[in-house]
Amino acid sequence: MKTDELITMLARGADAVEPDALRRRYATALGWGAFGATLLMAIMLGVRPDLGEAARLPMFWVKLAFPAALFAGALLATLRLSRPGVRLGRVPAAIAAPVLAMWLLAAVVLFGAAPAERGQLVFGDTWADCPLYVAILSMPAFGALLWAMKGYAPTRPALAGAAAGLLSGAGGALVYALHCPEMAAPFLGIWYLLGILIPTALGAMLGPRLLRW
Amino acid sequence: MDKEGRASAAENRLRDLLVRGLAGEVPAYHAFLKELSAHLRAFLRGRLARLPDEVEDLVQETLLAVHNQRHTYDAAQPLTAWVHAIARYKLVDLLRRRAGRSALHDPLDDELDVLASSDNDAADARRDLARLLERLPDRQRLPIVHMKLEGLSVVETARRTGMSESAVKVGVHRGLKALAAMIRRER
Repeated sequence: MKTDELITMLARGADAVEPDALRRRYATALGWGAFGATLLMAIMLGVRPDLGEAARLPMFWVKLAFPAALFAGALLATLRLSRPGVRLGRVPAAIAAPVLAMWLLAAVVLFGAAPAERGQLVFGDTWADCPLYVAILSMPAFGALLWAMKGYAPTRPALAGAAAGLLSGAGGALVYALHCPEMAAPFLGIWYLLGILIPTALGAMLGPRLLRW
Repeated sequence: MDKEGRASAAENRLRDLLVRGLAGEVPAYHAFLKELSAHLRAFLRGRLARLPDEVEDLVQETLLAVHNQRHTYDAAQPLTAWVHAIARYKLVDLLRRRAGRSALHDPLDDELDVLASSDNDAADARRDLARLLERLPDRQRLPIVHMKLEGLSVVETARRTGMSESAVKVGVHRGLKALAAMIRRER
């Protein structure tokens, strides 16, 4: 087939393209991810019994704001990396900012605490469960987001997969925060982050295999 | 005109054609692909100096990718950046397979190069897409043959094949994506 014949073939009957399909596809994926995470949480964990009281503490909202800020940055990165030739710009800085802020807060808290209390602030009572549960709760969104991304054209598939993983991880952490009793900044800055990084690393590994086009 | 001037004139003209094409104007879209193919040819010929026989194949593969991914173009985005990213992705993919991992290095390049020059002198492609098309399953091949090669409408194609109209459209879409996947695997 000559190139001119190919061009005629491609152009013939080419319908109008919906302009907003990208956002809609990701919205669908996130919807399924949220549904799946909520379902898993209801089956495995349940919401913490003192949620109403906890909601009166500022630290509870900090605990939600941390993954929420990561979620927003990861969403921007995911959308940008899905289209060829769109630069990330300041998005990496927007993703780093909540992490640095949480580490700063953790440092202040640890510095101000008595040495004997520091272990409790870092490990809490549930450090061994937290990363695993965050990663498990992120899996429905992880799968749905990679499916959505397959409909697009990431030219940097490892980075794109990592962004999708980060987005699902932040979503998982957001849901897990409703169950988790821990409230200390050092705990959040280490174990929540570690949980979020599990799907991020998985996305970076799977991206080059799954997202080729 | 210097390189930047030529690139920016081509950017404006091609972007206008593509935006109209994405709105459903077939002649504008055809003109877009036609002009883009000449730019891609010049760009890829410059970068495949050691593999001149691959140029036309890669022009075709890139055009197919541009078509399959046309929904990822955002009209607020410079067309040059979009086209360059697609062409470069396909080029790096080819070089990676041809040269092996040891020889892989990112080709130094300037985004503007992709639209700055053009070349209408098409060589024959070595890989025949028409023969690859024959290997697609009927539910994809028949809609492509009737609609895209013979120029029948969706309704006529649906009647001839006994498929529903939406199955015909899906068949064309998936078939062209499957064609791109076959090219990738073939290398």
